[in-house]
Amino acid sequence: MDVMQAVGPSVAPLRSLSPWPRLWAQARRGLILGVAVFVLVMPALFVFLWMLSLALKPDVENTAYPPIFIPRSPTLDSFRQILDGSPIGRYTMNSAVVAGGSTLIALILGVPAGYGIAKSQQRGMLGFVLIARMTPALSYLIPWFIMFRAIGLNNTLTALVITHLVIGLPVVIWVMVGFFDGLPRDLEEAAAVDGASPWQAFWHVALPLGRPGIVVASLLAFIFSWNNFIFAVVLAGRETRTLPVLVFNTLTFERLAFGPLAAAAILVTLPVLIVTVLVQRQIVVGMTAGAVKS
Amino acid sequence: MGTRYLWFIAPAVIVTVAIIIFPWMFTIYMSLHDWQITGAQTFIGLDNYVSAFADRRFIAAIWRTGLYAVFSVTLPVILGTAAATVFHHEFPLRGLLRGIFIMPMMATPVAVALVWAMMFHPQLGVLNYLLKSVGLPPSLWVYSPNTVLPALAMVETWQWTPLVMLIVLGGLATLPVEPYESARIDGAQPWQTFVYITLPLVMPVILVAVVLRTIDALKAFDLIFTITQGGPGTASETLNIYLYLKAFSFYQIGQASAIVVIFFVMIVALSLGALALRERTRWT
Repeated sequence: MDVMQAVGPSVAPLRSLSPWPRLWAQARRGLILGVAVFVLVMPALFVFLWMLSLALKPDVENTAYPPIFIPRSPTLDSFRQILDGSPIGRYTMNSAVVAGGSTLIALILGVPAGYGIAKSQQRGMLGFVLIARMTPALSYLIPWFIMFRAIGLNNTLTALVITHLVIGLPVVIWVMVGFFDGLPRDLEEAAAVDGASPWQAFWHVALPLGRPGIVVASLLAFIFSWNNFIFAVVLAGRETRTLPVLVFNTLTFERLAFGPLAAAAILVTLPVLIVTVLVQRQIVVGMTAGAVKS
Repeated sequence: MGTRYLWFIAPAVIVTVAIIIFPWMFTIYMSLHDWQITGAQTFIGLDNYVSAFADRRFIAAIWRTGLYAVFSVTLPVILGTAAATVFHHEFPLRGLLRGIFIMPMMATPVAVALVWAMMFHPQLGVLNYLLKSVGLPPSLWVYSPNTVLPALAMVETWQWTPLVMLIVLGGLATLPVEPYESARIDGAQPWQTFVYITLPLVMPVILVAVVLRTIDALKAFDLIFTITQGGPGTASETLNIYLYLKAFSFYQIGQASAIVVIFFVMIVALSLGALALRERTRWT
């Protein structure tokens, strides 16, 4: 530290009369920050733009060397190939039903639970949510696979909706506890003084106030369920597969068809990416609330 | 106070018991049996555990998982902390740029894994072209047993650095102002402020990130399965991939269940260790 101070620029300079040194320092700071942000954002941007580039280029351009970054003769052929040549409509429906259904049930169960945990300060329950998050998905899959076989639920969407609760329910509880914890208490206390039951206070006071939290929780639960791959790989049949499985199957059959592979990847993940950029502020709040407090 | 909110929590607890606790119990039960997919079962005590530890492939998978985890915890934690200090500043378009930055962790893992698989291609992939254009020799990436784990960990780092960034960013937002004011008055350099004030203050939050990252790195599946399926050979066969093969390719349900139990105990032990470490650095 002493050495650095000795060789570094003079510490706490006297205020100069000219504005230029300060402006210069600000400009330099801005430049460094700009470069840092560019370096940070570049890897994400590059991969997604490359995915787009691969999907829009004809095969000749995709296998060209050196690689062509901006499509010279852009085409939608790859998308057409995926849309016509695969049961993508059916898989999209499956994904929507599974993600929507499991998110809805997770909300019905998880929002009141989050409220109850926040109000009664049952922190042990939160520890349990953490343990559920720690468990490898495969460890649920083996017993489920056996159990669903026994009761004839394998290869059904019902099985997928049930299992995706493992993804959605912890997310919903986690976000809602954080959210209800932050709400002012006096409103519900006023409701209680007016003779409202806990249930009425929840329904008429906390729930309307909790709407932003519910939006975040449902977005996260839906996205994580939509993205899930392994449950459907094991539990779904030919008719009940979800979109990530379709993408994976495209990979194994067409290892070198870069265009259609990229097109399939885009069709699956584009909705998620658009939502992410649109509601990034809420996602940031939702994902950090619990982690920082715990 | 206790029972008033019981009915709010009870339905979630019941469902949790049915879909999480009961499967765990059932897994332990199955791990003590020679369990055939056809339904035949014989009680064999701890034989599945004994044979798991006698299996060289299992032991190799444990080491591989550890190595993979070391890469994919350290890199995202360092880069994510650095990124958080950058995004903690005010600058134009910060929201949009932060949105782009967190896209990798929200995107469908199978889809991004697919794009990386194409970028890794030794002849046609764009990564070797980029290496060459900055004067570096090409790499075989996931196509060589020597480079496959670091290459996969690179994708994992790309994908999960944003989560570390978000966690640390949340920590930075809660920091007290006073130490910074005194540091400014004392004429501290920015990097001194960072090393001697910011870093110690956010250390508990960074350790939360370390714990989450460790857990997620140990149970990584989608990326590895999509890009290499454990290959080439068994060079990227981590515990989770091995477990998948045992259960759903070889249908050795009893042995797979024993591995699940061992795996779970390892994860819990590591997490508790990390949390104990966190208690020692707590500042509040």
